[in-house]
Amino acid sequence: MRVEQISIFLENKAGRLAEVTAILRDANVNIRALSLADTTDFGILRLIVNDNNAAEQALKKEGFTVGKTNVLAIEVADVPGGLNNVLDPLTSAGINVEYMYAFANTKGQNAIMIFRFHDLDKAISILKDNGIKVIKGEDVYNL
Amino acid sequence: MPIYNMDFETMPREALESIQFSRLKATLERVYATVPFYRENFNKAGITPSDICSLKDLHKVPFTVKKDLRDNYPYGMFAVPMENVVRIHASSGTTGKPTVVGYTKRDIETWAELMARSLAAGGATSKDIVHNAYGYGLFTGGLGVHYGAEKLGASVIPVSGGNTKRQIIIMKDFKPTILTGTPSYILHLAEVAEEMGVSFEELNFKSGIFGAEPWSEDMRRDLEAKLHLKAMDIYGLSEVMGPGVSIECREAQKGLHIFEDHFIAEIINPQTGEVLPYGETGELVFTSITKEAFPVIRYRTRDITSLNPEPCICGRTHVRMHKVSGRTDDMLIIRGVNVFPSQIESVLMKSRDVQPHYQLVVDRVDNLDTLTVMVEVGQEFFSDEIKTLQNMEKKLSNDIKEYLGVSAKIKLVEPKTIQRSEGKAVRVIDKRK
Repeated sequence: MRVEQISIFLENKAGRLAEVTAILRDANVNIRALSLADTTDFGILRLIVNDNNAAEQALKKEGFTVGKTNVLAIEVADVPGGLNNVLDPLTSAGINVEYMYAFANTKGQNAIMIFRFHDLDKAISILKDNGIKVIKGEDVYNL
Repeated sequence: MPIYNMDFETMPREALESIQFSRLKATLERVYATVPFYRENFNKAGITPSDICSLKDLHKVPFTVKKDLRDNYPYGMFAVPMENVVRIHASSGTTGKPTVVGYTKRDIETWAELMARSLAAGGATSKDIVHNAYGYGLFTGGLGVHYGAEKLGASVIPVSGGNTKRQIIIMKDFKPTILTGTPSYILHLAEVAEEMGVSFEELNFKSGIFGAEPWSEDMRRDLEAKLHLKAMDIYGLSEVMGPGVSIECREAQKGLHIFEDHFIAEIINPQTGEVLPYGETGELVFTSITKEAFPVIRYRTRDITSLNPEPCICGRTHVRMHKVSGRTDDMLIIRGVNVFPSQIESVLMKSRDVQPHYQLVVDRVDNLDTLTVMVEVGQEFFSDEIKTLQNMEKKLSNDIKEYLGVSAKIKLVEPKTIQRSEGKAVRVIDKRK
């Protein structure tokens, strides 16, 4: 159920993001989804890619600090209230969303969103109980 | 650990002090006769060598400072004719003219003996292989260790600083057992080894003898854990001789034994020049009592430490100096608070996740001093959540405030952005000057 996300520490410097994307291009890695969280001094780039190992190795080789985290890819109905339907049961169970971002998906009818929870197992069981679809890792990498 | 020179290193204090006095007396008479600077300096203070009747009278003799050495650049402080000088070394001279020092043949032998004693105190024997990563050249580190290792009968690999990847291969293939170098370069070596997939666990080192820059007790823990060896601090400066003025013994790793049969150490109040009793912290002052080419009389090292006369478990009777905590000229005054880079290092190293690479940037913004501590975000430190990283920043900043009483901004930077040194690390960038 889990999707592996890689994250990269970036200083706020012009051209730094482009360096990352160039490294990934040269390693023949395709970016499936991404989000950039930033502060005044630094940022964290989070990525879902089609080949985690290739991406991690290429980035580490160039001296980047690379982390790995498990996140969930959740299908969200593309209608008003779709996201709210996902969040409501989690909120009532006291599960906090650390961060989330959207996934570019041109194939399905529904939107796909990436969620980071501290308690992944609990989140998965609640989502299941509420009939919300959590997408498998291998499906996400190859969407 | 065998003691290299049992007679001298374990000599009872009384006998040691009697030797010190006769050697001091001879040195004072010689410099008075041969070095115009010392003669003038003594005359200004109204003393002659005959006024010194015991070791206790040493305080009457005027100090020598770095500027005196520079003013007499290059050879003005030499006490022997050039034909008797067989070696010349010089300090880097980053803050002015370099200081030039000379050695006679006998000085080189003394130095080799003291370095052999130091290596032995650090656990080396004639069976060991010494990987000497101190720079060879005008800097005293490389050749100092080299001669000592040969004198001890160990096998020395004169690898010097730099060419780091090759050094790792040499470490793997040649199987050295003793590692010597500046702690900042050694950390760089460890980092490169990790990148190359070489673990120090597989290497054969048992002791590391690191010096030429101050390093903290916490840095020791970090080095020992990373390198799988025991790390000893060695002290020296070219003006006094070079490495081998004092050394930690492997048994205690607590304070550096000063080779008192060759140097007299004093601790003074750096403001008043008053001599401080054992145990009190102040500026370290050295008088060489056996050197021929370049004797120094009450030379102010600017290093901050204290002396401990208590007997040591290793059996050496020579007084121990505490690890140098900083230099009087390294001291930063930030909004009126005295800060030594080594204190910041201590705070950073207490947080296990922090990389031992850091740099302090001091600036003045709107007439207010600011201190920024650059810390590298390594694999262990990193989190995918902003708030975790910001909490780390806050924690380090609070710790610095708590221990040192000064506010610091922590700036997280990418790995390897802080410049790695192949000699002494640049820890401070002071933009106020």
